[in-house]
Amino acid sequence: MNKKQVITSRRTFITGLASAGGLLLAGCSKTLPPTYGNVLRMGDVLTYKAHRLLLPTQSLVKEYTHREISSIVAIGTTDPADPRQPAFNAANGAIYDRLRSGGFSDWRLSIEGRVARPGSYSLADLKRFPSRTQITKHTCEEGWSAIAEWTGVPLRTVLESAGILPTARFVNFHPFDDQPDGIDMLDALHPQTILAYGMNGRDLPVPHGAPVRVRVETQMGYKSLKYLQRIVVADEFDDLGKFGALQNGWSWYAGI
Amino acid sequence: MAEGLLTGTLGNQGSVPVVEIPAGLAGPGQFGNRELSRTGHTRWIRICHWIMTVSVLTLAFSGFFILMAHPRLYWGAVGNDLTPALLELPISRNFRHSGWEPSIPFYADAGSPVSAVRTYDILNENSWGRSLHFLAAWILVVTAAVYVLSGIFTGHARRHLVPRFGELAPRLLWQDLIGHLRLHIQPTTGGPPYGLLQKCAYFAVVFVALPLMIFTGLAMSPTIAAAYPILRDVFGETQSLRTIHFFVFVVLILFLVVHLLMVIMSGFKRQLRAMTFGN
Repeated sequence: MNKKQVITSRRTFITGLASAGGLLLAGCSKTLPPTYGNVLRMGDVLTYKAHRLLLPTQSLVKEYTHREISSIVAIGTTDPADPRQPAFNAANGAIYDRLRSGGFSDWRLSIEGRVARPGSYSLADLKRFPSRTQITKHTCEEGWSAIAEWTGVPLRTVLESAGILPTARFVNFHPFDDQPDGIDMLDALHPQTILAYGMNGRDLPVPHGAPVRVRVETQMGYKSLKYLQRIVVADEFDDLGKFGALQNGWSWYAGI
Repeated sequence: MAEGLLTGTLGNQGSVPVVEIPAGLAGPGQFGNRELSRTGHTRWIRICHWIMTVSVLTLAFSGFFILMAHPRLYWGAVGNDLTPALLELPISRNFRHSGWEPSIPFYADAGSPVSAVRTYDILNENSWGRSLHFLAAWILVVTAAVYVLSGIFTGHARRHLVPRFGELAPRLLWQDLIGHLRLHIQPTTGGPPYGLLQKCAYFAVVFVALPLMIFTGLAMSPTIAAAYPILRDVFGETQSLRTIHFFVFVVLILFLVVHLLMVIMSGFKRQLRAMTFGN
């Protein structure tokens, strides 16, 4: 009897907690990554919110000298046209193969979503923007790090040329392999977040993301997506489905 | 974690130094009867102790998995499979794996940095490993902050943890060390005062090792290092931080082993009760 009462009240309590949490989630679901009720994802959101609340925004990461450029490994997808690679996408792989054999002259980067002027940019178009060259440290979640020189156009420049709508909060990247991911507008507008087409003074090599990869210097390496095909600007958070980082069990925010 | 283990008084040395301290060093009325009276662990210490125990064990577990993904340690800003390691740990199948395509140099000159494609499917549990590590770190940081601040404001740290000036005589340290090595461990009294080495161990863990772990951990974050470059200037670059983080982990594990040993030798049940229920 007593036990039953305890259970009932506990159940009521949990129900109450869950509905309160549901309300809270409903209020936040559009501007924060979802937690799916997973305690690890709650910790990730806490870290993300704490960084955004407590840290000064748009601090620059350290830039190194040419002498400090180091050897660097190429991991993850290293050839989107190789069917043996885990994130291989057959349709995109075939397109990539064709574009590569043409020296990427037919490659176009599509900018879509919440921008005033959606459109696509060739490699030559991107190179016509003022370029930025930065020698920065790539920090991989696995534990290794490397320093390389990256040349490209600030993502901000391209987004502003497409006209970011005032309600836009997130920027999602869709590469040729099945590993889409996104960042918030704060990181997207960071002066060191660039669409890189050059590495160590030459064209970006295929294993490192040719023709264009994004460099998100304020986060772990896995946020610097390679082999870009489309960039989608969004008002609301999108977990990008079963291939997105979140549904694969990874933290969406990797600033730590 | 920080408190209350190693609690056996050693031989007859444990409480002797307190008696030997000249009155002038003690400060008027700061301790005396109170110092000598045997008190159990206060509630906030017990709560903090167990929360920190769980979070530190979780951090050790997830940290080990994170290390398994790349069991190589380096010094400086850079370190990867194509650069020399300071230390390689045979703790996963990633240890010295040979799944690499031939290296390609970036520049024409000899000694140019190179790149190589990895063909090996490494063990990597960092998806949950990293998130669990940071979740436990949040809990530890908050609890440790409560613990340290309470310790300072209640005088617990000053009375029970900080070794007194007069105690740090080489002779006393030596006696206490010999006492420990001979395993002359007295039954616990269920709380402070602590022996000399015991105090030194707690002090080192609370005020040196844990802060070092937290700051080297934070400074490894690219966002935090960008916001506060002073962290990097004080503690070093990414790979140095990672290496320091690892060695302090080893020290904390050694502490944990000795701590458990002392708890067992000074009365396991009594100690467990004292740290859980306070008597």
